[in-house]
Parts: sequence; C-alpha cells; structure tokens
Amino acid sequence: MFDDEKMKLLYKRMVMARQVEYGIREQHKAGKVRGPVHMCVGQEATGVGACAVLNDDDWVTSTHRGHAHFVGKGLDLNKMVAEMMGKATGYCGGKASHMLIASREKGMLGGCGIVCGALGIGVGYGLAFKMDGSNRVALSFIGDGATNEGMFHEALNMAALWKTNNVIFVEHNMYGLTVRADRHLSVENISDRAVAYGIPGVTIDGNDIIAVIEATQEAVDRARRGEGPTLIEAKTYRVLGFSTGDKGGYQPQEEIDAWTTPEKDPIARYGKYLVDKGICTAEEVDALHAEAQAAVDAAIQFGLDSPYPDPSVLMEGIFA
Amino acid sequence: MSKKFYKDVLREALIEEMERDPNVFLLGEDIEVYGGAFRVTENLDKMFGPWRVMDTPISEGAQTGIAIGAAIAGKRPVLEMMYMDWIGLTIDQMVNQASLLHYVYDGQVTLPFVMRTQGGARASASAQHSKSLEAWFCHIPGIKVISPSTPYDAKGLLKAAIRDNNPVLFIEHKLLYGTRGEVPDEEYVLPIGKADVKREGTDCTVIATSAMVLEALEAAEALAEEGISVEVVDPRTLVPLDKETIRESVEKTNHVVIVHEAWKTGGFGGEIAATIAEEMFDSLDAPIVRLGAKDCPIPYSPALEPLTVPNKDDIIAAVKKTLE
Repeated sequence: MFDDEKMKLLYKRMVMARQVEYGIREQHKAGKVRGPVHMCVGQEATGVGACAVLNDDDWVTSTHRGHAHFVGKGLDLNKMVAEMMGKATGYCGGKASHMLIASREKGMLGGCGIVCGALGIGVGYGLAFKMDGSNRVALSFIGDGATNEGMFHEALNMAALWKTNNVIFVEHNMYGLTVRADRHLSVENISDRAVAYGIPGVTIDGNDIIAVIEATQEAVDRARRGEGPTLIEAKTYRVLGFSTGDKGGYQPQEEIDAWTTPEKDPIARYGKYLVDKGICTAEEVDALHAEAQAAVDAAIQFGLDSPYPDPSVLMEGIFA
Repeated sequence: MSKKFYKDVLREALIEEMERDPNVFLLGEDIEVYGGAFRVTENLDKMFGPWRVMDTPISEGAQTGIAIGAAIAGKRPVLEMMYMDWIGLTIDQMVNQASLLHYVYDGQVTLPFVMRTQGGARASASAQHSKSLEAWFCHIPGIKVISPSTPYDAKGLLKAAIRDNNPVLFIEHKLLYGTRGEVPDEEYVLPIGKADVKREGTDCTVIATSAMVLEALEAAEALAEEGISVEVVDPRTLVPLDKETIRESVEKTNHVVIVHEAWKTGGFGGEIAATIAEEMFDSLDAPIVRLGAKDCPIPYSPALEPLTVPNKDDIIAAVKKTLE
C-alpha cells in the first residue's frame, strides 16, 4: 500500500484531525473560535485515507465538515487553526472561517458551507483536467444529505456523460442536519444511485482507513486513465452532532456508544492494524499520538498568538 | 466600419476570443450542434472542434458550478444561459460560490467566467421567458453586470468580459439580436465600467439600459421636435457603475428620468436614483422620475404585454413631468 513512514504519517494525521477538533472545541467555549463549528470526530478515516492517495496537484473540494480533509491533504495545522480563529496568519487571512479553508498549494480548493455547493465546481476541475489531457484528478467530498440535492444528480450526470477526471466521495455519517438517514434517504446504500448515471458505485466501511485507501485508489486510477468518475460511499458516524450549536437529543446514546467502541473507532482500529502488521509497536503508536497532540497544542498556541487582520483588508480582493 | 447585427457581432467576439486564447470555451444548452437558440454560436463547433463548444444537459445549476470550477482550474468558460428567467436555477452557484470565492479564499483563486444570458419582454414569450432580473446580481458584491444596447457595445464589452478575471453576467436582449449598428472592422475592446452618452442634450438626462436605450433615443428625437433637448446616458455596465458620467450629465441638465425594463420595485433604477439623490442632490431641479415594468408577471396576450414595460411615449411623458 504505502511505505511504513507514510502509514505512520496517516495515523498521526488522524489523531491531529481529531485532537485539533477537541482543541478547537475548548477554544470555542473560551470564545476564541466563533460561530458554528462542524466537527468530524469519528470520521477521520475517510478524510485522511482518501486524501492519502492524491498528489498536491490533485484538487479536493470539501464540505462544512472538512477538518480531516484539510489535515489529510497535508495542510499546515498552524494556518488551519489561525483561520478558524479569524486571524491574519490563517490560510485565507481570516476571511474564510473553518468552513471555507483553502490552500491552492496543497490542492485544497476548498471548503464549502453550502451542502453539495462545491460538487459542480469539482466536476469543473475534473472537466478542465480532462480538456488539458492531464491525468490530474478532482475528488469531491460530500455528505449523505448532499446526495438529495439537485446538484448531486446534475453534476453526476455530466461527470459521467463527459467521463471527467472525478471521484465523488460520500461520507455517509448517518445524519443530514439532525435527520437520520432512514428518514431522508430513499435508498439504504447511496452507492445504488451510481446506477442511474452508469458509473461504478461502491459502499465501504468508512471507519476502516485501509478500505478507504483501497477504494479511493481504484477510483483515482480509473479517473487518471480517463475512464470517468466513481461514486464511493463510506459508511461512518458523526459522533459530535451537527455543529457546536447543536443542542442534541436526536442521536441515541446507544447508537453513539456502538460507533465509538475500540472495534469501530477509526483511530483505535488503525492503531491496532499498525501493531498487528508489525509496522509499529504499541509504544510507537503512543508516541505518534503524542507527536500529533504536540502539533495540535502548538497550532492552538500559534492561533492564539497571531494577530487579527488589519481593517484595511475588508474591502480588498472583492474583484481580482 | 460596417453595419452588422447584434447577434452576429456577439458571434464575432466569441470567435476572436476563442482564436486568441485556447482556454476560452463555450458551454450551454443548444449551442453546439444547433448553434444557439439565438444563433450566436452557429457553426462554432465546426470551427473549433471538441471541448471548445459544448452542448450541456438541461442542468443550469451544475452548468454554472462546472463553469466556476473550470475557471478556477485555468479555463475561461463562457456559459450561455438561454433565458434570464432560468437564472434562478443558477443563483446558489452565483451567489454562494462565484461571487465570493476570490474574496474568502483570499485571492488564491480567480474566476474568469462569463454567463451570457438574455432577458426582456415584448416577444410574446410569456411570464417565464420575458423577465429582466439584473438587479438580483447587481446586489451581490463580486459579480460584474454588463447590459449592452448596441452592436458596437455588445462586441467590445463581450470581449472585455471574456478577458476579465471575475465572474461577469453579460445580459443581452431578445429584441436586440436583430438590430443593426456600425461596428469597426478592426479589433477593439471596450472598458468595463464606462457609461456612454448615446445622445447629447441639455434639458433632461434619461438614463436607460438595454433595449430601453432605443426607446429613449426615439423619445429624445420626438422631444427635440418640441424643443426639448434630452441627453441619453447608457450605463452599459451596471456593476461597476460609472457614476462620473452620470454626474456630468446631471450637473448639465439638472433633471433625471431613469428607465429600464425590470420591475420598478427593487429594480436597479432605484439604486441609480438613490445614488443621484445621495451624491448629486444639489444638481437636481426636480424629483427624479423612474420608469420600470409594472409590478405584475409579464402576461402573454398582445393586448396586455405591451402595457407592462415602458415605451417611448412613457419616456416622453416622464421627461415632460420632470421639466414641469
């Protein structure tokens, strides 16, 4: 799959994605991060695993719940956290928020706060890559709720019709806003919807990073060969609710408990995998965890220490 | 100079820009094999080949998203939105993506993307194919809005729009495609954000957009016979708005009539009137008069449709009213 160093890096990234959210949650309570923040605790395998097979010049469109995508694509934690705090040192100078983080250098273009709002844009990337005769790929993350948007169907039809260089990666985390999937989806498996567009659709265990990597690799290879898009549905679970503004009460505790056991939790599972495969000792896994936590702590401090943007930038950059 | 049709010079502008820059490509409904509902893209598929002129499925939202994505990825898409009435299907992409990504991504992306569309009534196209919805987009920071009334302006401004690195809504008019006007034989590009005085005068300024410029010019001609000298100002681009040309005219005539085909309530004429009232009030000798469509859906019947949008006679009456 990957060499041992990269396999370890992916573990570290999963922990960074999770711990940065817990760190941000603390800062949110302290008023240093504002507005609604959408956490992806429990969904680290999808973002980190899918991005692991991409290059910097492969472009990703994200969602409102993109922290694991950003970390997975190799974005700098300091600049991510600074952006979440609205600081001048953030990826977008503090203009974006956690929802709209972008890094052209790393091929993260980018976060999107409108459900399914970036899928058409992602297909536009894939179309442009195809027009250029390039084997670059655009991967678009969307959630289960997004597959009920008109844009999902319009964009998939065109991507399939023109065989654009795209991968559509659905993180099916069981809830759209506060509504459970069986109350908003007409199908049990979203991958079934691929049939309507004549493209491959697969359902995988989204809490198993190995399954995520394998499925994404196959889809990316297909797109690089010019054979068109693939729909991947990764079943996972949104542990912390819709956002920091979520009052909860609709996700049964038994359900949360069942998804957060060591056998289901994506980080615990991958840690065990690394040990079982002899890639790491248990102590080394702990050390990776500690390194990730240290990076998160440093990023939070970097964000806190960074200046806010100067008021003079308010009216700058409206037009190119 | 040669006398040419509005629709033909739009086509010339597309050809010239596509020849100049291989990143320019066209997408939209009916534009490839059929050549466009208004014949603007006729035979361009044969001239430029695959991937340069693309028929799309009837999926206006995703067309817009795809154009935005292609623009960010280095292309210069020109999307034809056949009727402006359908632009509601694109609004999320225009308002939540195209208009703001350059700003919120802090300059990491640019969006050289043109949406060509056409609006306007008086073609018996009924309530869902006759509207003028430019105000929706003028309201949104980050989108340029162009509305040319003559072949000369249409060609020069379409070329400018394609070369611009921002999202541009380029609004044509279904009744203007068949109009003719003088157009230079040599290449030219017009500046975005510069109004044009279509007729000079001293008594009253009529600020008119799109097809209403033609009505205003006819009104001015008729009023001249009565000894009233009307200056017709065509903003040509609504965003950015050339306030200076408007100011010069208002300072000269001290009287203002604003006319457009969009509904009067919430129409862009209100913005122009407010700007004049805020910034040029001392130059006014009389209240501003606004003319727009009556606030009703555009009806089909030939007995009703002509009553909805302003015409030459309405403009004549408005000028006389402000000069009273």
